[in-house]
Amino acid sequence: MTVKLKLQHLLVISILLCLACNDGFQVQQTGQERTAITDSIPNDKALEDFISPYRNKIKGEMEKVLSYNANPMFPKDTPYNTAIGNMMADAVYELANPLFYSKFKDSIDVVLLNHGGIRAGMSQGDIKTRTAFSIMPFENMVVVAELDAVAMKEMFNYLSKGKAHPFSNMSLVIDGNNKLKEAKINQQELDESRTYFVATSDYLIKGGDNMDFFQKAKNIYEIDYKLRNLLIDYFQKKDTISYSSDDRFIKLK
Amino acid sequence: MLRRDFLNISIKASTVLGMSSVVPAISFKDTYDKHITILHTNDVHSQIDPFSSDHHKYANRGGVSRRYHVIKQVLKENKNTLVLDAGDSFQGTPYFNFYGGELEFKLMSKMGYHASTIGNHEFDNGIGNIAAQLEHAQFDMLNANYDFTNTILDGLVKPNQIYEVDGVKIGIFGLGIELDGLVPKSLYKETEYLNPLEIAQDQVNTLKNDYKCDLVVCLSHLGYKYKSDKIDDIKLAEQTHDIDLIIGGHTHTFLKEPNYVTNKSGRKTIVNQVGYAGLYLGRIDFYLSSGKDKNTKNSVVSL
Repeated sequence: MTVKLKLQHLLVISILLCLACNDGFQVQQTGQERTAITDSIPNDKALEDFISPYRNKIKGEMEKVLSYNANPMFPKDTPYNTAIGNMMADAVYELANPLFYSKFKDSIDVVLLNHGGIRAGMSQGDIKTRTAFSIMPFENMVVVAELDAVAMKEMFNYLSKGKAHPFSNMSLVIDGNNKLKEAKINQQELDESRTYFVATSDYLIKGGDNMDFFQKAKNIYEIDYKLRNLLIDYFQKKDTISYSSDDRFIKLK
Repeated sequence: MLRRDFLNISIKASTVLGMSSVVPAISFKDTYDKHITILHTNDVHSQIDPFSSDHHKYANRGGVSRRYHVIKQVLKENKNTLVLDAGDSFQGTPYFNFYGGELEFKLMSKMGYHASTIGNHEFDNGIGNIAAQLEHAQFDMLNANYDFTNTILDGLVKPNQIYEVDGVKIGIFGLGIELDGLVPKSLYKETEYLNPLEIAQDQVNTLKNDYKCDLVVCLSHLGYKYKSDKIDDIKLAEQTHDIDLIIGGHTHTFLKEPNYVTNKSGRKTIVNQVGYAGLYLGRIDFYLSSGKDKNTKNSVVSL
């Protein structure tokens, strides 16, 4: 009797449990496959037709001629400073400064970018939107760091290693042993009593290329300007670009 | 290209030999009731057109219109198919620079994607841009470990979604990578990153126990595998119960075949990732049978 009851209970409980439980599905097997998308696969025509106008608009924009480049310039042309780097840094100084002034009522003292950030060179001939995309494919923003004299000196020392990091409105002289001989900002010696506004890219502010002095910035000012857009605007402003390396950064023999 | 592998993950599964790649599974049709196919991409990075013919590595490869052709072929073979993505559909070609992600989302919608998750590059034009572009998305954007409460994305991104396909309930949730140090705060704003491991187990419990999902899939943008103790897809699989499939991204890992990781329940979690830029379309097939949940058996035995 007791045994029977127990069995009945078991049955009832089992049914209840089955009502409550997932009477769903269980995986028995799985399969896997990876399809390489190659040119042996036909295009879906409807999707191609949908993409077409977007693609054509980009092509049109990318081929738009913005300016003319008189001298071919590439990132590794010269040591210490390069034509293309000088152009980029000067472009940032020229276009970011008015924007910075209108937003924060201060002026940019120095521009410093990084040599590795110049992603392509410029041949002689038409400068197109495509050119700006090839030099600067990333979405980095121009930002302004406020540095005190201590951080500025660290910056000079960093640059004394001799790499052709692009800069503007500053001049550096190093000796044969890469020791700093002279540093001038806007043709003036460093003033220990004030801070300096250094325009750069957000990549460097975030620790790129180990420019640690940016970590000591008293303030970071954002001006909502992409470096690439700045270059496009700069090219549009200029009829002809003709840049060369100069004496903003020299090493004594 | 059409190599197909089968893995027995239960005692009941039969050995299958000499499978046709065109008409799969017919030969052991009697051993399962449902066939669910999952197609997946990750880190497509705005690669709408194939790579150019002079590309140093991937010349003439990839391309959205070809991918859609393959998706349609698979759908002809098995209409019970979900199309999923693991994030970073934004950034990488001028399509993103010009249209901000609009075309990427429109194309994913046209191709019938069901769900995607938020990769770090989705933030490249700011969190506001994600919200704006989601208007073009006819798929679900899923993330469970970003708290968007104080952001514009509040209410636009769901932690999970359950899809019922041929009677099979598939619960999908999304996980995103830690944004601090990877994305400027000015772009992600008040988004709060929550521990993916805890959130994942919560999600699985909800989907499996409360909603009785037959399959649980995680769309992860955490990354495949790190040497450090940073959370990744492998650790996620090992340290959670009952995730059936993790579709990963972020690390652009080209897996020739998925990794079958033993999870905390002693069962297998499939971890897969197909590189980047739409060079490959990944595919996982699940063959399921109806039957009593094994929990029931355990309960009866314990009486």
